[in-house]
Amino acid sequence: MLTYLLRRVGIGLLMLVALTVLVFILLRLAPGDPVTAYINPSVPMSPEAIEALRVRLGLDQPLPVQYFAWLSAAVTGDFGYSIQRGGAAVLPLVFDRIGPTLLLMAAGLTIAIIVGVATGIISAVRRNSATDVGLSVVASLGISSPAFLTALLGLYFFAVQLRIAPSGGMLTPGAPFSIGDLLAHLILPASLLAIGHAALIMRYMRSSLLEVLNQDYVRTARAKGVKEFWVIVKHATRNALLPVITLIGSTIGVAIGGAIFLESVFNWPGMGLLLVNAVNARDYPVIMCATLVIGACVILVNLLTDITYAAVDPRIQVS
Amino acid sequence: MSAITQTTSAPRATGPLRRALGRFFTNRAAMIGLLIFVPILVAVLTYQWWWPLGPNAIDLTALNKGPSSKHWLGSDGVGRDVFARLLQGGRTSLLVATTSVVISTVIGFLVGAFAAFGGRFADGTSMRLVDLAMTLPPIIFLLVLASIAGTGIAPTIFVISLLSWPVLARMVRARLLELRERDFVVAARGMGAGVPHLLFRHGLPNCIDIIVVYATLQIANAILLEAGLSFLGLGIAPPEASWGNMLNLARSTIVLEQYPWQWMFAGGALVLTVLAINFIGDGLRDAFDPRSDLN
Repeated sequence: MLTYLLRRVGIGLLMLVALTVLVFILLRLAPGDPVTAYINPSVPMSPEAIEALRVRLGLDQPLPVQYFAWLSAAVTGDFGYSIQRGGAAVLPLVFDRIGPTLLLMAAGLTIAIIVGVATGIISAVRRNSATDVGLSVVASLGISSPAFLTALLGLYFFAVQLRIAPSGGMLTPGAPFSIGDLLAHLILPASLLAIGHAALIMRYMRSSLLEVLNQDYVRTARAKGVKEFWVIVKHATRNALLPVITLIGSTIGVAIGGAIFLESVFNWPGMGLLLVNAVNARDYPVIMCATLVIGACVILVNLLTDITYAAVDPRIQVS
Repeated sequence: MSAITQTTSAPRATGPLRRALGRFFTNRAAMIGLLIFVPILVAVLTYQWWWPLGPNAIDLTALNKGPSSKHWLGSDGVGRDVFARLLQGGRTSLLVATTSVVISTVIGFLVGAFAAFGGRFADGTSMRLVDLAMTLPPIIFLLVLASIAGTGIAPTIFVISLLSWPVLARMVRARLLELRERDFVVAARGMGAGVPHLLFRHGLPNCIDIIVVYATLQIANAILLEAGLSFLGLGIAPPEASWGNMLNLARSTIVLEQYPWQWMFAGGALVLTVLAINFIGDGLRDAFDPRSDLN
C-alpha cells in the first residue's frame, strides 16, 4: 500500500512540474513583453529603468534559465503582478477565488451524485420501461447540452421569467452576510452545473447496476429471501458504485469546464470568472497562476480518486 | 463460361465493411441522427440560393423585432436577420469543426504511429505528453491557447485542433502495437517493407474504424468547443456569425430578457446538431464492432 501511495504521489508531482514547463513555454510564446508582468502599472517607469528591471529579472537570459528563475520565485508564492487589476499581487487574487469555486463545485457535484445515482438505480431496476426510456432521453439531452446553454436557459426561466432566483452574484450586495442569502444565490447555478454530470453518472450507474444484478451473489441474496429493496440497496448498489467513483474523479475536468461557464453567466466570483476575465485582458501572470492552481487541483483529485479506489478495492494494488 | 462466373459470384460472402454498413443502417438512433443532421447540413450549405436575406444585411425597419413573415426568426439589434445568421453561423461552426477534426486526426494518427513504431524512447515521451495534455481540463487549455492565438476563424481552428489529438493518438498507438505483432505485418517486414509502407498500407486501413468513429464524435465535440469559446468572446468574433457568438448576445441582460429569439434558436440548433452527430457516431461505433451482432 505504501509503495503504491508513494508511486502515485511521485507521478502526481512529476505531472505538476511538467505542467509548469508546458504553461511557461506556452505563455512565453504569447505576444507581448513578459517584463510588463512585473511592473506595477500604477507606478510610471522610464525605459532605462525597464531595461534595468529586465536584466535584474533575468529576462535577457535563455529560456531554461528564465524558467528556473520563475519556478524558484513561484515556489515562494511570487507569481508577479496582475497587469489588469492595478498591479495587485497575483497569488492572493487567485486564492480569494478558490473558496467560491469549491463551494459551487461541491454543491453541484453533491446534487449530481444524488440525482444521478438515484435515477440510475430507478432506470436499471425498471429496465426498458417507459420511465427508463424517458430518463435515458433526458440524460442524452443533458450530455449534449453545453453548460453555457443550460446556464442561459436556467437564468432565463428561473431568474427572468419566474423570478424565483437571484440573477447572479454570490451575495446580495450591501446586505449583511447570511447563510440563507448565500444558499439562495447558490442553488440555481449549482443545479445547472449538476445537469451534465448527473446525466453522465446516471448512465454509468444504470449500466454498472445492470451488470451487478446478474451476479451470483445477488441471486444468492434473493434466494435466501432478502427483500428486493435491500437486495438493490445493500448488495447491488454498493458494488455498482465502484466504477461510478472513478467516473466522478476522472470527470472533474468536465466539472471545472462547466463551472467556468456558469461562473461567467452568473457572475459568480470564482476562479473561472477570474480566468476568463484575465484571458480577455491578456493578463498573463493571472492566467499562469490560475491555470497552475486548477491543474494542481485536478492532479490532486485524480490522486485522491486513485487512493480511495485502492482503499475500497484491494485488487488494485496487486496489478 | 458465363455459368461458371455466375456460380462463383452469386453467393458472394458479405465482407466486414458491408456487414458494418448493414448494422449501421438498421440502427434506429443512428438513422434518427442522420434524419436530423442531413437536412441541417443541406440547409446550411445551400441557404444563399433560397433565403433572400444575407447574414450581414441590415434592415433598419426591423431592429430587435420578433419573428415575422419577412424575418422568420426575428432580427437582432442592428436589424440583421436571425435566420440568415443562424444558417451562416451553422456554416462557420461546421467549417471550424470539420477542419479542426481533420487536422487533429492527422496529428493524432501520426503521433500514435510515432509512439508505436519509433521505439521505446519515442513511445515513452509522446505518451507522457499525451498524459500531460489530458491532465488539464480541456477548456482551461483552450482558454490559455486562445489567449495566445487571439480571435477569428483560423486561430479558433488552430486552438481546437491542437487540443483534440491526444485521445486518438492513444487509441491508434494501442491498435498499432497490437498490429505490429500480427503475422502479416511481420511477413511484410521480413520482405523488407519500410515504415511508410507498413504504416499506410497496413496500419491506416486497420485503424480506419477507430478514426471514423473518433472523427465523427469529435466533430460534435469541436462544435461545442467552438461555441464555448465564442460564447466567452474568445472564438469567432462578430460580425462573423457563429452559434457560439449568437449565444454570446445573451450575456447582455436586455437581450436575454426581452429578445429571446436572438439566442434561443442558436442554442436549439447547437443542441440538435450535436445530439444528431452523437447518435451517428454511436451508431458507427456499434456498427464497426463485430461483437454487436451477438446481442
